[in-house]
Amino acid sequence: MNDMTPTREQREAALEGMGCKRKRVEDIRFTQGQGQYVDDVKLPGMVFGDFVRSPYPHAKITKIDASEALKIPGVIAVLTAEDLKGVNLAWMPTLAGDVQMVLADGKVLYQNQEVAFVVAENRYIADDAIQLVEVEYEELPVLVDPFKAMDPDAPVLRPDLEGKTEGAHGPRDHHNHIFKWQVGDKDETAKAFSDADVTIKEMISYHRTHPSPLETCQCVASMDKVKGELTVWGTFQAPHVIRTVASLLSTIPEHKIHVIAPDIGGGFGNKVGAYPGYICSIVASIVTGVPVKWVEDRMENLSTTSFARDYHMTTEIAAKKDGTVTGLKVHVLADHGGFDACADPSKWPAGFFNIVTGSYDFPTAHLEVDGVYTNKAPGGVAYRCSFRVTEAAYCIERAMDILAQKLEMDPADLRMKNFVKQEQFPYQSALGWEYDSGDYHTAMQKAMDTIGYRQLREEQKAKQEAFKRGETREVMGIGISFFTEIVGAGPSKNCDILGVAMFDSAEIRVHPTGSVISRMGTKSQGQGHETTWAQIIATEIGIPADDIMVEEGNTDTAPYGLGTYGSRSTPVAGAAIALAARKIRNKAQMIAAHMLEVSEYDLEWDIDGFQVKGNPQARKSMKEIAWAAYNAPPPNMEPGLEAVSYYDPPNMTYPFGAYFCVMDIDVDTGVAKTRRFYALDDCGTRINPMIIEGQVHGGLTEAFAIAMGQEIRYDEMGNVMGASFMDFFLPTAVETPHWETDHTVTPSPHHPIGAKGVGESPNVGGVPAFSNAVNDAFQFLGSTHIQMPHDAWRVWQAAKDLGAHG
Amino acid sequence: MIPGEFTYHRPTTVTQAVAILAEHGDEARPLSGGHSLIPMMKLRMAAPEHLIDLAGVESLKGISEDSGTIVIGAMTTQHEMIHSELLAEKIPIIRETSLLIADPQIRYLGTLGGNVANGDPGNDMPALMQCLNASYVLTGPDGDREVPAREFYEAAYFTALAPEEILTAVRIPAPLAGHGYAYEKLKRKVGDYATAAAAVVLTMNGGTVASCSIALTNVADTPLFAAEASEILTGSALDPETVKRSIAAAEAITEPASDGRGPAQYRTKMAGVMLERAVARAVERATS
Repeated sequence: MNDMTPTREQREAALEGMGCKRKRVEDIRFTQGQGQYVDDVKLPGMVFGDFVRSPYPHAKITKIDASEALKIPGVIAVLTAEDLKGVNLAWMPTLAGDVQMVLADGKVLYQNQEVAFVVAENRYIADDAIQLVEVEYEELPVLVDPFKAMDPDAPVLRPDLEGKTEGAHGPRDHHNHIFKWQVGDKDETAKAFSDADVTIKEMISYHRTHPSPLETCQCVASMDKVKGELTVWGTFQAPHVIRTVASLLSTIPEHKIHVIAPDIGGGFGNKVGAYPGYICSIVASIVTGVPVKWVEDRMENLSTTSFARDYHMTTEIAAKKDGTVTGLKVHVLADHGGFDACADPSKWPAGFFNIVTGSYDFPTAHLEVDGVYTNKAPGGVAYRCSFRVTEAAYCIERAMDILAQKLEMDPADLRMKNFVKQEQFPYQSALGWEYDSGDYHTAMQKAMDTIGYRQLREEQKAKQEAFKRGETREVMGIGISFFTEIVGAGPSKNCDILGVAMFDSAEIRVHPTGSVISRMGTKSQGQGHETTWAQIIATEIGIPADDIMVEEGNTDTAPYGLGTYGSRSTPVAGAAIALAARKIRNKAQMIAAHMLEVSEYDLEWDIDGFQVKGNPQARKSMKEIAWAAYNAPPPNMEPGLEAVSYYDPPNMTYPFGAYFCVMDIDVDTGVAKTRRFYALDDCGTRINPMIIEGQVHGGLTEAFAIAMGQEIRYDEMGNVMGASFMDFFLPTAVETPHWETDHTVTPSPHHPIGAKGVGESPNVGGVPAFSNAVNDAFQFLGSTHIQMPHDAWRVWQAAKDLGAHG
Repeated sequence: MIPGEFTYHRPTTVTQAVAILAEHGDEARPLSGGHSLIPMMKLRMAAPEHLIDLAGVESLKGISEDSGTIVIGAMTTQHEMIHSELLAEKIPIIRETSLLIADPQIRYLGTLGGNVANGDPGNDMPALMQCLNASYVLTGPDGDREVPAREFYEAAYFTALAPEEILTAVRIPAPLAGHGYAYEKLKRKVGDYATAAAAVVLTMNGGTVASCSIALTNVADTPLFAAEASEILTGSALDPETVKRSIAAAEAITEPASDGRGPAQYRTKMAGVMLERAVARAVERATS
């Protein structure tokens, strides 16, 4: 060896594989404005579609007259439900087993509902024409409050379901009832409560909000009538599923549908489902024979495509005097709006809400969820969380604080006392999940030590005394959240979407010169897959990440996969990538053995190639092996070096974390300032620490927004309020607190590289930390629970109700 | 979110601009920074057929002093006001208030004239101009007239400005040297209108308030000059009882809307809290 021979460390560093803070390769184009988004798609002859929307939240439609609109030069067509009936598309199936109007069929169920689709030569003409489509409405009584949905005299929202006593998930008890979902042992739980020393009960609401990605939902549909082929560019988090569903709905064969998800400007669950805009664009392109573009504006996005949350959770805990929890009982009233378009795996009407026992060893639990219709927009998407996990984490983390208060115990100590212990993993939860791995006590202790928890409690006590003496108008809150997530949907035994099992896939091709192209069934919307997927491959097959190109989103070229949401990419596709790479490495080993004229069993892997055991100078790099794979393979071996892997995970993964929020609240204005926010995440093996940090920063910012004011609000008339960024709280850098991040590493035992997924943890864990901080601040004045969102006026109102204004 | 059709005009003199306005009457609207008008047009809540962009009228720009009166051209941007040495020396509350308007990108385009002329109760400059007892120069086909800011606002988006007039300048009597001032604004986030805001300018004589002027933003459908609250403080030694009475007088004239910023009762109380804090800061800054 001469001095120029790289050391092992240098060779390893050159790969930029797993564990490396590799800079995001996609940022080169994004930071230069060179991303290619759906709205950048411009095709010859392309026309534009836009919606006539209902100003009323609940009304009959007695007449639609488009004749004046059609007189405007440049207006091509105005589609209504009657037109869609011709192609059997006036209604579409939802992911939740319900049906949804594509265009209003005789009535509207929420404000801004799609009533007619105007197709015109450009957006300006389309908008002019919208003003001229005359729609006659007959107003109906409006149902806004989900708690009144099942009153005997509540208005009938869905006459199409009249007489249907059976829904997609069992019996319906009322004309506005969608489903009742029960999990757990009701009798055992009742017994735990009758035997309990202490119980608490609180109705904990998680308000309606919206994922609000920067790029709204949009698509371009182009039907080639000669070839009989349909191409759709769209903001799709799950392009393959969109193609399958489009084929099933349109009867165009699946191989003649090309779905392309180009660069996507954020999804957060908003871009999982199918929306009327997609269906209408496709139909319009089929009708007109030219490409049709549909781009949602901000108000349309916030008020129609996919709200999140709106869960009202009556929560009870039974415990012993010493704080040991003995039972959990939760009833959820779920407000689904006018249609149940919840984006959950099909068998799970309330998603994975049964993770609600959280990080605690509840011996028994019972959960009941009732879904109801109201005159609000449909949706119920997983806004940066695995299906309803955020709601569950908020529910249990808020309830544990309430229990601590009742027991006069410190909330950190109460959590420590009840954590599932390290030796209990894999842990079978009372509501049916098998937690894969965890070390909660270590994570919690590290968080408490780092933030100086006990000193903070002392400071808080002193401040409370000063407040009572009238020396300050500020109160201090310490919010704790110790969340357990369930991500990586999912094992085909319990997860599918409309019958499609929730596996994922990867295909890796090594070129003769040792560079790589790789394609997956997932679709990045900002997660940085082009960077991290290459890092997994780099470590597994010893080719530098910079020589590996990652492509996603084109259904013609990528292997079938279920897409990116619910933190499933790393747990599912990440595993497929590692396994496909290992197939390549196995073949490479045989080729290397042939080249070195030894048995493959005499070889060992060493960073970027194979070497002879005991004689490391006899080695072949992957680059050399790749050339040989094509041009001089061993006799009887097929040339080439590529592999495909489809991965059906054996279990979900269970990331967890300990978050602490320290807040100072001005009781006279209700303004809350976050002094510190510390987030310790354990997502198992860490692929790219910098991307993890970025994910945590983004998710915490969303959590901060949600907890502190981000809301889709309806007035009592059913008008959607504040569906613009003037009112909808999207924090800027000025409002956003400083984030301190930390980690522990507890790998997943069943995942090929031990990774668990992290993108959604900060949203899931962040919301309870903020809300608990606000609640904690007012406890000493006698408060038990203050509902979110905690915007200034509501905090002020809470302070006032507690007598803090004198 | 796409405006209807309109004809775009870009005159270079006030005379031309007024002539176009006079020709088209109600169907024309002058455009300054555009932060209010353009979104209204995109929402089709405003649909002027003629848009008269004043950006090409050079004479509408600039800040000067005219024997004790500061004159600010209507098309002077908030950014320019923030960086004006003259304003920093004579009326520093303008800089303080401008910095609380949205973000730098908005302030590069947002103008004083547009901010005060539009009659949007959410804008910050109208109350500030009332506090400073400014006058607006309105130019029409028959020449100029001056209307005090305290008499200009009639209701939300309704002002003393006639359809054929353009607000061309704002004239502000420079407050006395050594005056104290503060603009306190409570808002939900950068870019939001005030939940409530209070402008205070006062002078002190020893421990006594020699003069005091108070105005409130976004707690009624017009900006509010709080005459009674100002009078209560004038001549007082700022004892807690008097300050409380002044705040109560200010709160009493508010009539805020209930909206996403909070219910009316909250916004009224916040006007009081902002006023209390503004008075405290103004007193701290005053030198007698």
